[in-house]
Amino acid sequence: MFYREVGQFKTNYVADSAVFPILQDRVGLAVILFTAFVLIPCFGDSFLIQAVMIPFLIFALAAIGLNLLTGYTGLLSLGTGAFMGVGAYACYKLTTLFPSVNIIVWVIASGLFSAVVGVLFGLPSLRIKGFYLAVATLAAQFFLSWCFVRVPWLYNYNTSGAIEVPTRSLFGLPITGATATHTVRYFLVLVIVVVMTWLASNLVHGRIGRMWMAVRDMDLAAELIGIRLLPTKLLAFAISSFYCGVAGAMLVFFWYGGAEASVFDVNLSFFILFMVIIGGLGSLTGSFFGAALIFILPIVLRYIPPKFGLPIHPATVEHVQFMIIGALIIVFLITEPAGLARLWQIQKQRLRVWPFPY
Amino acid sequence: MDLLYNVFIDPFVQMGSAPDLLVQAMWEGLVAGVLYALIALGFVLIFKASGVFNFAQGIMVVFAALTLVGLYQMLARWGVQPAPLAAYLALALTILVMLVLAFAVERLILRPLVNQPDIILFMATFGLTYFLIGLGQFIFGGETKVMIANELNLPRGAIEVQAFGGFVSLQEIDIAAAVIASIMVVTLGLFFQKTRIGRALRAVADSHKAALSVGISLEQIWVIVWFAAGIVALTTGIMWGARSDVSFALDIIALKALPVLILGGFTSIPGAIVGGIVIGLGEKIGEFYWGPLLGSGIESWLAYVIALIFLLFRPQGLFGERIIERI
Repeated sequence: MFYREVGQFKTNYVADSAVFPILQDRVGLAVILFTAFVLIPCFGDSFLIQAVMIPFLIFALAAIGLNLLTGYTGLLSLGTGAFMGVGAYACYKLTTLFPSVNIIVWVIASGLFSAVVGVLFGLPSLRIKGFYLAVATLAAQFFLSWCFVRVPWLYNYNTSGAIEVPTRSLFGLPITGATATHTVRYFLVLVIVVVMTWLASNLVHGRIGRMWMAVRDMDLAAELIGIRLLPTKLLAFAISSFYCGVAGAMLVFFWYGGAEASVFDVNLSFFILFMVIIGGLGSLTGSFFGAALIFILPIVLRYIPPKFGLPIHPATVEHVQFMIIGALIIVFLITEPAGLARLWQIQKQRLRVWPFPY
Repeated sequence: MDLLYNVFIDPFVQMGSAPDLLVQAMWEGLVAGVLYALIALGFVLIFKASGVFNFAQGIMVVFAALTLVGLYQMLARWGVQPAPLAAYLALALTILVMLVLAFAVERLILRPLVNQPDIILFMATFGLTYFLIGLGQFIFGGETKVMIANELNLPRGAIEVQAFGGFVSLQEIDIAAAVIASIMVVTLGLFFQKTRIGRALRAVADSHKAALSVGISLEQIWVIVWFAAGIVALTTGIMWGARSDVSFALDIIALKALPVLILGGFTSIPGAIVGGIVIGLGEKIGEFYWGPLLGSGIESWLAYVIALIFLLFRPQGLFGERIIERI
């Protein structure tokens, strides 16, 4: 009833193969974009923008990156955190070596460094599959985290071992560092995430996406129909790492404002993997759902008990939070192993046939 | 040339000139390897019987150790005397807790998720990991604890062996760990080969469907393997806890067990043992002789690189079953 494509005729092939073929979807997307670009900056307070929206968007981008690799190409990776770290450190090095070039250029360029590293560690993927590959990518994770600590050149030999984001500006407006306002940073993050999501959407709906999905479904069969496995898999690693690298650079430059190696440890990799799996493997919308759930849930859990005036010790809250997150992961997997994206599909179908059951 | 000398010649010269140090390093590596092997053993048991890549095995080690110490402290507070009695009572109770855990996992996680893709089950064990971290700390507190090694009458002290023109010091607890590990492996081997349940376990490992069709209860088998993995975890926890403290910082050893697994193959018990020892030895000797060249701390990734190199030549691990793919 509310979501019906009756009367929406498609008269050419382009309209038929559109990503959002139904009017309601397009309206929905417009509303979401309007909210993100106009309503949130106008009416959102600094907590919402700084502590919720900016990290949510950045993590969603990282989740899209991992989803391209794990969800679309079927290569399980546990090295996401390290690839994000490569992006962050590359961006830091580039902007301190060439301060005159605009920072946004370097944020994007740092993704390229991450892509190269990703390809390097993706090389074993031709021979190694499944969980064996996951453990092999852990090698990348641990090796790179070690590099972030032990190679002082990466953090310009400063004594703290951490990278500090310098102040950089665009059109005279500071966009990174301590003086940048959260609204400016939010807009930058939003624009980059929206553009890169759009690119990813085009990618997975096109020839490359089809190749990836063929490899995911069965790589031997894909090889037989003429898909060259090594270039396809390496391309997936490269693009996935590019996204993760950009997300990592944004994480440090537009959110933390400074970071040390421990930020990019194996827990970050797991964190992103949770988002991808809870959100839905092989779904870009799912990446946003997953990031929202996994990132925003702990915030909610932290702020709800004091609201009710429950006198709980902070350490206990922390422990219970762990238990709740663990239990929720299991519950979500049991209710819908295909993730939140699938739940959303089911709801759309319900809306479509309402008020009838089918 | 200097670099090549430092990499390829110098470490061996050092080994030759001070064999007692080499033996000491090898012994340390061997002991660490045995503990890695024990964790990997828990993984292999579960993977063989249910095809679940159980990420929670490392946390089960910590959880078991924490439960043991926590229960002992509770019993001691309630005035159970003497100390060894309380310790053994706590041990029995912990075994009971692991049994309950096995039942709960089977009922609440495995049964609803039966027939799902591997990665979903893998994620579910992640959820279990988080849950156990929270639960363990919620009940027994988050602070670091000391393993009740004395109360359990575990040997302590060190034996100094005069060999190779120097002294090699062997911790008694390490010897005990090696002995207990071997006993456990032999017992498990006998259990798998000789008993009815063991035969059922092997049948399930071969094919779930065929096992079901001859009347083997999958649920029962899963509870048994998770319980067995829990016992292995408890033993590992005691041994590891006696060497260092018991805290959730130990969960890093779970990640250490992964290269052991891929080296030995996911499905092979001897593989887990050999893999553990290879990784343990390689790590300690690498750190000791080649570590200074790169800056210390290479222990954190050396194991993975060793495993990765092995994988490039044998994608199924050293002892894993050959992976046959058909269209």
